[in-house]
Amino acid sequence: MNKYRWNPYLVGALIGVLSIVTFALADKPIGMSTGVAQASGACAMPILGTDAVAANAYWSKKAVPKWDYGSLFVAGTFLGALISALVSKSFRFELVPEVWRRQVGPSVAKRMIAAFIGGAVLLYGARLADGCTSGHGISGTMQLAVSGWTFFLVMFATGVLTTRLLYRSTSNN
Amino acid sequence: MTPILAFISGDTLLWAGLFFGIVFGVLLHRGGVTDFNVIVRQFQFRDFTVLKVMFTAIVVGGVGVFILQGQELANLHIKPANMLAVIVGAGLFGIGMAVYGYCPGTGVAAIATGRMDALVGLAGMIAGGVAYALSYDWIAANVLPVADLGKKRLPELASLPEWVWYVALVLLAAVVFRVVSKVEAKASTH
Repeated sequence: MNKYRWNPYLVGALIGVLSIVTFALADKPIGMSTGVAQASGACAMPILGTDAVAANAYWSKKAVPKWDYGSLFVAGTFLGALISALVSKSFRFELVPEVWRRQVGPSVAKRMIAAFIGGAVLLYGARLADGCTSGHGISGTMQLAVSGWTFFLVMFATGVLTTRLLYRSTSNN
Repeated sequence: MTPILAFISGDTLLWAGLFFGIVFGVLLHRGGVTDFNVIVRQFQFRDFTVLKVMFTAIVVGGVGVFILQGQELANLHIKPANMLAVIVGAGLFGIGMAVYGYCPGTGVAAIATGRMDALVGLAGMIAGGVAYALSYDWIAANVLPVADLGKKRLPELASLPEWVWYVALVLLAAVVFRVVSKVEAKASTH
């Protein structure tokens, strides 16, 4: 295990405590993908036009492109990981992750195309389900929400299946 | 109703969002779940970091919020169970996560650790968000209303006391951790 990593049970417990704190003090559950959808609205403005974004039912009601608690939480997550990576000297530029290189291939272009398509499918799914691994997978499941547990089980199943089809896993990698 | 401890509001709420996000980002990185390899190897059942982090968070946060809510110190925030949308969305999400190798939160955090594929994937996520917003009217009319159970919680599905479900949650986590440690012990002897 790399030196920068803490015990996963400790980290999980601290994320649990963070949830309790955000529920109690800010009346908010932890969530991520709404903030990314808000960012998509901001990015769409120069292309589709400000009026078109403002007229869109989703961007005007569900994921308004502005700085609020949710979008700043996403920005904070980026900053937190940056601080942690710099402090622990584990920041490292990398194009193709090790497991991808060994089990799929070393091509940078293929990895980037896959990352783009994967990211697009990921966020479309998260918005359709109204949550991601944070909003459903942690915040929803901990409140015993039917939506949270359904999301967690289905996404894990299709994740395992897709991994089996896409990656060539052998016993030594 | 706003619970009495939730004194953070207005502009302070914005700073709180940034601050809580920073804590979350540090924890995701230190937990090892901003690493592509850790996430994909979880789907291959070769690394169990993701399940350890998630289930501990669910149990600690779940019991904590349950106690707070019982004392009227916290509100629950239940997302609606529009079953068709949740199931299809989660199905797409799992496929996307296996290909991208990150989820939205860990992807954003991974960019900050220098992973350029995570950055390209963020551009993909932005495109996915645009696609959803543009298809939203159709989705809202044709998909979201199908098999919509509303803001349902598991305790409403069977008439057991609330605390029994939380005991079951703790037991489930204990079973998961035990199975994981057995699989890990077996793998290390090979």
